[in-house]
Amino acid sequence: MSLLELDGVKVHFPIKKGVLVDRTVGHVYAVDGVSLKVEAGETYGLVGESGCGKTTLGRSVLRLVDITEGSVVLDGTDLAKLPGEEMRRFRRRLQMVFQDPLGSLNPRQNIESILSEGMIAHGIGKDQEERREKIKAILDKVGLPSNALARYPHEFSGGQRQRIGIARALVLEPDVIICDEPVSALDVSVQAQVINLLEELQKELGLTYLVIAHDLAVVRHISDTIGVMYLGSLVEEAPSDALYAEPKHPYTKALMSAVPVPDPEVEDKRERILLTGDLPSPANPPSGCRFHTRCPWAQAERCATERPQLRDIGGGHRVACHYAEDIASGKLSLTKGEVVSATREGVEDNPEPDDPETGTSAEDTPAKIPAQAEKTAKDEKPAEASEEPEKAV
Amino acid sequence: MSVATKTDKIQRLAELTATKETSTGASLWREAFRRLKSSKMAIIGAVIIAVFVVIAVVGPYLTPYAPTAQTWRGEVFPNQGKFVGPRGENWFGLDHLGRDMFSRMLVGARQTLLVGVVSTLIGLVAGFLIGGLSGAAATLGGEAGKRVDSVIMRFIDMMLALPSLLLAVSVAAVMGQSLTTVMIAVGVVQVPVFARLLRGSMLAQGGADYVLAAQSLGVRKRRIVTSQIVPNSLSPVIVQATLSLATAIIEAAALSYLGLGNPDPAIPEWGVMLAQAQRFFDNAPMMAVYPAVGIIITALGFTLLGEAMREALDPKLRG
Amino acid sequence: MSLLTVDELTVTFGGRGRKESRAVDGVSFEVDQGQVVGLVGESGCGKSVTSLALMGLLPAKGLTIGGRAEFDGTDLFTMSPSARRDLRGSEMAMIFQDPLSSLNPVVPIGVQVTEILERHRGMKGEAARKEAAHLLDRVGIPDPARRLKEYPHQLSGGMRQRALIAMAVACAPRLLIADEPTTALDVTIQAQILELLKELVDQEGTALLMITHDLGVVAGLCDQVNVLYAGKVVESAGRRELFAHPTHPYAHGLLGSIPRLDAPRGEPLNPIRGSINDRIAWADGCAFAPRCDRYEMGCLTGTPQLGEPRAAGHQVRCVNPVLDDAKAEEVPA
Repeated sequence: MSLLELDGVKVHFPIKKGVLVDRTVGHVYAVDGVSLKVEAGETYGLVGESGCGKTTLGRSVLRLVDITEGSVVLDGTDLAKLPGEEMRRFRRRLQMVFQDPLGSLNPRQNIESILSEGMIAHGIGKDQEERREKIKAILDKVGLPSNALARYPHEFSGGQRQRIGIARALVLEPDVIICDEPVSALDVSVQAQVINLLEELQKELGLTYLVIAHDLAVVRHISDTIGVMYLGSLVEEAPSDALYAEPKHPYTKALMSAVPVPDPEVEDKRERILLTGDLPSPANPPSGCRFHTRCPWAQAERCATERPQLRDIGGGHRVACHYAEDIASGKLSLTKGEVVSATREGVEDNPEPDDPETGTSAEDTPAKIPAQAEKTAKDEKPAEASEEPEKAV
Repeated sequence: MSVATKTDKIQRLAELTATKETSTGASLWREAFRRLKSSKMAIIGAVIIAVFVVIAVVGPYLTPYAPTAQTWRGEVFPNQGKFVGPRGENWFGLDHLGRDMFSRMLVGARQTLLVGVVSTLIGLVAGFLIGGLSGAAATLGGEAGKRVDSVIMRFIDMMLALPSLLLAVSVAAVMGQSLTTVMIAVGVVQVPVFARLLRGSMLAQGGADYVLAAQSLGVRKRRIVTSQIVPNSLSPVIVQATLSLATAIIEAAALSYLGLGNPDPAIPEWGVMLAQAQRFFDNAPMMAVYPAVGIIITALGFTLLGEAMREALDPKLRG
Repeated sequence: MSLLTVDELTVTFGGRGRKESRAVDGVSFEVDQGQVVGLVGESGCGKSVTSLALMGLLPAKGLTIGGRAEFDGTDLFTMSPSARRDLRGSEMAMIFQDPLSSLNPVVPIGVQVTEILERHRGMKGEAARKEAAHLLDRVGIPDPARRLKEYPHQLSGGMRQRALIAMAVACAPRLLIADEPTTALDVTIQAQILELLKELVDQEGTALLMITHDLGVVAGLCDQVNVLYAGKVVESAGRRELFAHPTHPYAHGLLGSIPRLDAPRGEPLNPIRGSINDRIAWADGCAFAPRCDRYEMGCLTGTPQLGEPRAAGHQVRCVNPVLDDAKAEEVPA
């Protein structure tokens, strides 16, 4: 059995309106039926763009938001049904690392106090002396000097603060650590330090991670399995290398093609799938497949009416698309959107002799894209929800 | 590369980086205090307040004459417009009953300070409890908590809707004329101000990531409120308390002026003195000027310090 | 002659009793017509301050600007404020990172666009409105006539950035300065905006000064790349040259520390140690030395100068540059 299993998790936030008495006028379907399994000692990467519900899903695992429906099973215990006090005690086994390293540390507590807080809450350590010893050991593990104890969060750099955030999770010796955008607030040169630290700690302590991030390159680097979310549900899930080698879902294809690679040689050969329209509002999700309003391969039948379920297509690859096989085999062509070169056409280069056909060699293209449709972004049918993107808030 | 040059370069690098020693263990409060110390406004305010407090504490023992003794009764004829101004034996002159104004000012300082501090404390403590309860209920109490908060806040809104002086007058009218009345009346006026301020501040902090982090650590809700939310919500309340001392003194003076203050002539108070002087303003303006200037300078001191604290505690200026 | 020539630009904050800090410390670069030049660096490297200084958008008090910046032969810093204002918006325009805070929240998009047309192009009434709709259409905003009446909060992040670009290109500027234009956006929206910028450059011949921290964005867009560290250009080269042979240890380390989408899983990252706070003053030596594995005694004695240790036109500010090409071998051809 997997260490952490989510089954049909839904988190719906009511939208309330009213002068004196609040009436529920609708729901934001932040997470709308997600099932996934995280194996012990592995890293599950959850990737998606803002508004896809990945952060809410991460918080729902810790019950920091109420779960509307479904179960979150950690090591045989269904967290969704635990009463408050038991859930509080269970949180020791599930910890979280936050995106904003400064904002997630209480500015008025020093490091010792911040790191003691969780231990006190769970009755770890006889006295402060014992706790301090443990904290010192953890600080050493995350690469901070022990004289950090008496200092305050604002006296550290961004990378060091994130180390403190990781140490805070580690002192409780959790089974699973949920990392919500652990590096996106950090400078590029510092991100690698934190990524390496997370990997080292996993090796050393056998930790299980659920990493939530928007940066596909980071997620791909760190994860064993990747789940791609779109508008509250998983659209694709596969082992990291399989997902990269052959993304099956149109959204994953577009997402992956959009990530720039810091290498002109590679960029010159890549193509980008440009999606049309904006992300629909999660308060008013499209019928059928949530992605059909923007999908470059959307078909007239099924896509708008029937919601595709995640189905196994072999090799641990799960995808929620009616036409995944047809798209992969090139049977279907683009119906909207645009495929463009990743590199600007007019870029002035002195092309190196070994690379005469810039942008034309298709065999290395990571995402194989069927014949480009002669359509531009302008004559698209605008996605309906793009008209009121703020309504959900 | 030889070992010698290697240590050399490390040493040189250490020298160059050593110039900016990182501070160790300075809490936000201490940093705010450091900023406060370097603010001219704060120092002027603090000096004024210190002088005022010293006068209030030791003043009554330094009075050259008893403040109530009508020693020079025979020299003052209010009906004929004949008053005695400053002179060698009476530095501030005499009041309308022939009492020494200087002695009365010294004794009055203590009363004024007492009114300011006690009424602000009443407002602060009551406001803190109400606002804290409301804020805690709203941030971590779930649906039921939101309802509790809503009820408390509507009540506070009602209090705020009344003009503050009218509220004070009503309280004074119910309780009768006394110094205690003035203190309570002025204090009650401050309650909704503090309550709203603390609640708003707590609500803002309640959404912060570190509160979420504490929740995910499994910290108990009560402790999240006391150790995470409240300490971070105090800054505006502290500033407001300082500023309130100034308004409390002015409002107490206003109530006294309206005749709701302490009727006991044995205990002079600046507000009462100002009220009494009003009748004789045409012939003896100085009788009003002394208490008025006293009130203004004191209020100014508290305001200056409060504003300086607001700046020092502003998280945007950190660093 | 270049369209924009920046020569030894310095921006110093503080002074007059307060501690001075130099955000931009002698930055020089050129932008030609139809060229895309990248200013790349992490927070605190001075890239945004440079762009604001060029646009004349820095506050007048509390800082001093030194050096020269010539736009089409005229010195920007000696120009009269009104001439500068005329230039800004018509000849040179800027796009910011956060489109929401750069748009006036209480004025409809249409009014904000027509205002520019009225001010700089002297258009009026119906003509201005038509042109505004045309501009929105040009930047790929669907249903422009209706969008003109909407307020910024009614648009999505990507649409807002498009609207901002529409305003920036309203007068067909010759130079567009884009300060992290896609950082606040999702990656699929980023792809759309980058495509739009590419079109502008290739079709209209607009020069683009691209300011970003994302080396990936630079790789497919810029002709010339300047890498900034602590207020100075540490490396400057054409995009192929720079990515194939990063020669300054900072640029080299940066490229080695970024997780790449196309790198096989399990390939370790080589982070740069420390943070931007670990630096020494340029006057004492190389600001990057405390984080550098290659620093020598020579790095700690005086400011290193730009040289061309590898190839002509590939400038590197380093005493001990990376010349052994370890990086080039790693990259699969």
